[in-house]
Amino acid sequence: MSDPILEVRNLKKYFKTSRGMLHAVDDISFTIERGKTLGLVGESGCGKSTTGRAILRLIEPTSGEVIFEGVDICKLSGEQMRKKRKDMQIIFQDPFSSLDPKKTVNQIIAEPIRENRIIRDKHKREDRVLELMETVGLAERLINTYPHELDGGRRQRIGIARALAMEPKIIICDEPVSALDVSIQAQILNLLKELQESMGLTYIFITHDLAAVNHFSDDITVMYLGKIVEKAPVEDLFTNPIHPYTRALLSAIPVPDLSEKRRRISLKGEITSPVNLPDECRFAPRCYECIDRCRQGIPPLVEVAPNHFVSCFVHS
Amino acid sequence: MTTYTQVQKQQRATKRYKKRSSFEEIWRQLRRNKGAILGMILVAVIVIIALISPLIYDYQKDIAGQNIKQRLQKPSAEHWFGTDELGRDIFARVLYGARYSLAVGVVAVLVALVIGVTLGASAGYIGGTFENIVMRVTDIFLAIPSVLMAIAVVSALGKSTLNLMLAVGLASTAPFVRVVRASVLVVKDEEYIEAARAIGMRPWKIILVHILPNCVSQIIVQATLRVASAIISAAQLSFLGLGVPAPAPEWGSMLSSGRQYIRDHSYMTLFPGLAIMVTVLSLNLFGDGLRDALDPKLKR
Amino acid sequence: MTKNNNGLILEVNNLVVRYETMDGIVRAVNGIDLKLGYKRTLGLVGETGAGKTTTALALLRLVPDPPGIVECEKLEIDGENILTFDSDKLDQIRGKDISMIFQDPMTALNPVYTVGEQIAESIELHEHVSKTEALKRAGDMLELVGIPRSRANDYPHQFSGGMKQRVVIAIALACNPQLLLADEPTTALDVTIQAQVLELMHELKEKYNTSMIMITHDLGIVAEICDEVAVMYAGRIVEEGTLEKVFNHTKHPYTEGLFNSLPNVKDRKAKLKPIKGLMPDPMDLPPGCAFAPRCDYATEACTQKVPTLTSIDEAHRVACIRYDEPDFHIERRILS
Repeated sequence: MSDPILEVRNLKKYFKTSRGMLHAVDDISFTIERGKTLGLVGESGCGKSTTGRAILRLIEPTSGEVIFEGVDICKLSGEQMRKKRKDMQIIFQDPFSSLDPKKTVNQIIAEPIRENRIIRDKHKREDRVLELMETVGLAERLINTYPHELDGGRRQRIGIARALAMEPKIIICDEPVSALDVSIQAQILNLLKELQESMGLTYIFITHDLAAVNHFSDDITVMYLGKIVEKAPVEDLFTNPIHPYTRALLSAIPVPDLSEKRRRISLKGEITSPVNLPDECRFAPRCYECIDRCRQGIPPLVEVAPNHFVSCFVHS
Repeated sequence: MTTYTQVQKQQRATKRYKKRSSFEEIWRQLRRNKGAILGMILVAVIVIIALISPLIYDYQKDIAGQNIKQRLQKPSAEHWFGTDELGRDIFARVLYGARYSLAVGVVAVLVALVIGVTLGASAGYIGGTFENIVMRVTDIFLAIPSVLMAIAVVSALGKSTLNLMLAVGLASTAPFVRVVRASVLVVKDEEYIEAARAIGMRPWKIILVHILPNCVSQIIVQATLRVASAIISAAQLSFLGLGVPAPAPEWGSMLSSGRQYIRDHSYMTLFPGLAIMVTVLSLNLFGDGLRDALDPKLKR
Repeated sequence: MTKNNNGLILEVNNLVVRYETMDGIVRAVNGIDLKLGYKRTLGLVGETGAGKTTTALALLRLVPDPPGIVECEKLEIDGENILTFDSDKLDQIRGKDISMIFQDPMTALNPVYTVGEQIAESIELHEHVSKTEALKRAGDMLELVGIPRSRANDYPHQFSGGMKQRVVIAIALACNPQLLLADEPTTALDVTIQAQVLELMHELKEKYNTSMIMITHDLGIVAEICDEVAVMYAGRIVEEGTLEKVFNHTKHPYTEGLFNSLPNVKDRKAKLKPIKGLMPDPMDLPPGCAFAPRCDYATEACTQKVPTLTSIDEAHRVACIRYDEPDFHIERRILS
């Protein structure tokens, strides 16, 4: 019954900076089942976007394997990789910078089809564009408008149509709604959900918004400073968060509900710089449960309950 | 809601959805700038003069043909700008000279454009060592005065109009490399470039299809302003005797030959000088206006 | 208080702001009334383009003119009619009696001055104290917002986003203003940092008895620190009242829509119910109720006339013509 579509093994991405090595993604592994959604959660600088881009090889990983349908795509040549791109797409956060301002809606959505020579005939291609526009809920009359004439929600729909154009199997959604207004966010989230159901898509949903990810994902992976701190099915994670960071994160979401008065765990300080990290638990400097052991090494990811992994010395 | 669906049906019936160009927007911005409009009109007039002057004048007779009897005449009804030391009508020669100046300016800038855009765009996109080498060489070129550079090139290649164009073009390449690289660096980090890579587009095509169209406004502005300075460089070289060979009525060489008579026959230098000034000024006015009109920061 | 201000720090009547641009008239704020009591916090809620920020700028009389045109029947801060103030007098009250925290801490600080100098500048200007005294007080302010005094000599780029926002708060509170306008002060920050900053603002507000207007799109933040709520849509207030009334007895369909489009942390299976359609173009507002084209409950009458804000009880007002019809009720999803 287990049918993994994508497996990430020991993925690392380091950047050389003038101050030393920046550990953007530091040895992470996870698996996604076909047709499911994996939520990749964390705050800015935790390496979640880098992970998404490294999986697509938009950024070359420093080391590690990305196994997509049994093939390690990190070993593919440029030409082979280009062919694989059809199956793996990405939706970006910023609906303003993700669309070329000089191209019309038609040109933007048609580009992947033309580039990969899926439909050569110009008129048939336009028919396909119209079909895609309908799928994502864009009115036909917008086909020749430019992105700057449209609002954020519609622009994000264009981005989704472009990603869908080649009928990919997996889509990486990099904060697809965080730049949008609340009422529009819900429209886009519902659209993504419907598309998943009708097309059997697999999503990696990268976000800092735990409420959205809760609504959307099957499994959740929480990252902090390039490391996975907790990984669990979504119900488990929300009902029984174990890692101190996950608990703090959950308690920090403001809830629009007056009946609930939660105890907030407030964290000291801010995320430390990911350059030249000491050999200790990444979260130790801000942790409210830190013990001596935490300062002496990096905790391994341990299975504490079925499918529930935690990287913490105190809790495993 | 009914009205909306009706409108939609209507549009579906016509089916052809008009594409709106950004040209109107630029024109609207440009129209507000009086200097730019003046510059544009003057540039247009000069271009027209350059195009029609061979229809009015016969090169052999009116432009190059000598008429010693009429030499060094002051401006009059017959010779509006007077005549030169060989009796040629300066008015005709100034009008005809627009051809040389514009041709040299435009071709030189085209040469600079092709080399500069290619180098600048690939340096900006590829980055790393390649970028470093290109940019350091550019810096070296920028450190040499462009006239000196052009003189060196003309001396090496020999004196001809084509070589003048090449020399001036090579000498004005470096600023293009810089401008193009700078704007490529800005555009390169946009997410739509990443999106293009994600659909498997090849790098050279990304540069061509996505990056350059988004830098085109800066390139146009730079090109317009560079035509002006190329015209000055060409005139300088001709003044030094390294440009368009005599008896062609190049403004720079007219200035040069008028120099000996400047005390008694100052009109010989005045009119070609004015012609250079007006041409360069109008190109600069137009270029500045374009820059303002194309600047995204000024738009809402 | 000797002034005749009916116990209100802020009273605004019929505020209208429009921007007259080349392309047409942008109707940003279309007649809003605000009343805020001492020590109270009002949450001004709405989406992009609702006119929240323009309202705040109008209260400070900072709307750029041209193209902005502000009309207002009454604008009183602490009983003083600031509509009659000239620019000198406005400068005196800005930063002293009323101050603003901007959304983006990255651009709100001047990169060439140390944070200490920037805090001291405001104190020096308004309290007419010596530079040394002002710098000393700036150090106190930094400690108040949880930054060690020793960092007063650092430049903004040496601080992280959350720390910068603390500095901005320190500047805003330096002269102990009576009214604080906070424009999405935590939107640019991470969740855990946002929690820290909100907590800090709450504490300081209590300590200094400051009244506050909190501009936000996040209903969660409103629930956390506001006493009253005003929901804005297309430049008008569509519903206002105490936190409890608006959250637990929602009356306006737009407020309902905002709640229902939020993902629910408790019930992940619930389908999100987005508001259909898009925000109207402020250059071309629909006749009648601006929300009518997106409203599930709209009738013919809704498109005829702009509904006025009507009192339901003394702590709750709503601008919807259908609210008191017997068969009209909102389907507010229960959150808990």
